Amino acid sequence: MSEIIVDGRPLAFIEGQTVAAALVAAGRVAWRTTRIGHRPRGVFCGIGVCFDCLVTIDGAGGQRACLVPARPGMTVTTGEGDDE
Amino acid sequence: MSESADLIVVGAGPAGMAAAVTALAGGLRVILVDSGTAVGGQFWRHPPEHARSAIRTEDLHHKLRDYHALSRALSAGRAKGRLGLRLAHHVWSAVREGDGFAVRAVDRREVPEETAVVLRAPRLLVATGAYDRQLPFPGWDLPGVLTVGGLQALLKGGGVAAGSRVALGGTGPFLLPVAAGLAKRGVEVVAVCEAAHPLAWLRHPGPLLGNPGKWVEGARYAAALARHGIRVRPRTAIVGAEGGDRVTSVRIASLAHDGSPRPGTERRVEVDAVGVGWGFTPQLDLLLPLGCELTGSEDGNAVVAVDDGQRTTVPGLYAAGEACGVGGAPLAVGEGRLAAESVLADSGAAPVLGKKRLARVRATVARQRAFARAMSLAHPIPPAWSSWLTDETVVCRCEEVTAGAVRAACTGSGASDHRQVKQLTRAGMGWCQGRMCGPAVHCLASQERAYVPAERLVATPVTLGALGDFEKYSENR
Ligand SMILES: Cc1cc2nc3c(=O)[nH]c(=O)nc-3n(C[C@H](O)[C@H](O)[C@H](O)COP(=O)(O)OP(=O)(O)OC[C@H]3O[C@@H](n4cnc5c(N)ncnc54)[C@H](O)[C@@H]3O)c2cc1C
Ligand code: FES
Repeated sequence: MSEIIVDGRPLAFIEGQTVAAALVAAGRVAWRTTRIGHRPRGVFCGIGVCFDCLVTIDGAGGQRACLVPARPGMTVTTGEGDDE
Repeated sequence: MSESADLIVVGAGPAGMAAAVTALAGGLRVILVDSGTAVGGQFWRHPPEHARSAIRTEDLHHKLRDYHALSRALSAGRAKGRLGLRLAHHVWSAVREGDGFAVRAVDRREVPEETAVVLRAPRLLVATGAYDRQLPFPGWDLPGVLTVGGLQALLKGGGVAAGSRVALGGTGPFLLPVAAGLAKRGVEVVAVCEAAHPLAWLRHPGPLLGNPGKWVEGARYAAALARHGIRVRPRTAIVGAEGGDRVTSVRIASLAHDGSPRPGTERRVEVDAVGVGWGFTPQLDLLLPLGCELTGSEDGNAVVAVDDGQRTTVPGLYAAGEACGVGGAPLAVGEGRLAAESVLADSGAAPVLGKKRLARVRATVARQRAFARAMSLAHPIPPAWSSWLTDETVVCRCEEVTAGAVRAACTGSGASDHRQVKQLTRAGMGWCQGRMCGPAVHCLASQERAYVPAERLVATPVTLGALGDFEKYSENR
């Protein structure tokens, strides 16, 4: 097992999984809130079409977690889209 | 960075793989591009090559023999230096350039770094597949509600089940492999709600009789589901979902003939995840700006018009697989082969498939196409589905536009298609650019015409840095 750092905490994943798969495997299906209604959102389409699963990766925002392969030591910041 | 070849194939699903293999066999130099980290597309989605011993998903697959044969042929092509395989490359536009095409992609192997890549070839084959078609219902944007394809993608690509008690709903045979796959991984599949009725198939017995393979497949799923005690409920639908931070229950109702819920039949079922899908929407983003003609298909989608050799109406541009109409992997493979044969013929190269095999592929494609048509007719979108919506139901997930707002735009302001609704309500203006809400808004605004997706100039977001690089590559030519 390797680890990514999600919001400062280590999260174990199996190499080959995407960031979304690692989060879902850890029991998380929501990791950001919407801009207008502050609704919780996570993975929906799983294939890069819906943009619900956005996260910040190593400082770069707007990344689709369902497309990005997790890499050991990668930092993931959740909570995108929230304007609070 | 830039590279050129005789043929570029975008999409390494069943269609693109088969096309690339046939073109290689005919002596062409091919570039095969896909945004994923492995070849196989949706049907043969796998973890990346290096991770397959750690994430075991082989048992969730079908027709793997074909996949392995195609994969081996692609590896051989790479070893000979005749195939450029570009995985984790997102194509954001394809344009005509002189007599050929320039395909612009970003290399995202080292996310978040992005490198601009321009690929050039006189011929282009687009095999970008499709994605799940969604109909909104109250609560469909709760976390834990996924597309059925999304559940399947997590399972096949990452070995992950999104819940332990799952309800599935929508229409079409695709619900069955997903239910079977989840059950295999120990998930309790508490309901499979199929909006159509199996008897609808009997109105088109021809394609059913002509495709015994599909029967066998159907029977195999039925047996697998029976083994796990899963029952498929015909003419039922998930008409609502409840929860807070994630979905905790769904409401299931029996449907009348028109798809409206039968009063008094609604019941609540506890779940921790949900999968929904109403067939698929072809991914036409790269094809529309190139100006190829479209045609309607029985499932209500516009698809690319192709001749019997998979040529679009744009010279040098070919299409294969779900972009030409949703019909499953064997059809996609057949179309990929035919497309590559046309590429060979049009470039003056010798054919690969002998006359007999070519006739066989053509016959398969015709048969599977007929089956796909019958399938769409047997699994339509229920005409009265919008009766499930309340005015507060979110329709556009990105801009959070409600059904009430969309209805007001249609009835009050006279909007008659999803483009006009977009101008009036912002539905379709967010991150996904209407990919998710487009088909539903289209259904709410105009039932009669086929759904033609909006033209998007950029098929995937690109950074300004990468855009700057593209400028450089065009100037240096
Ligand atoms: C999420 C999902 C899961 C599915 N699972 C199954 C299943 O388990 N069983 C089944 O029978 N059918 C499944 N299907 C149906 C499936 O669409 C077809 O049966 C089959 O995979 C179609 O083959 P294809 O080659 O036409 O397209 P696909 O297999 O969809 O392949 C298209 C490829 O193009 C790539 N692509 C698209 N756009 C771009 C771009 N801009 N840049 C780079 N690459 C791009 C995609 O990454 C993909 O790999 C699924 C569909 C979806 C949407
Ligand atoms: S889940 Fe839809 S883009 Fe990632």
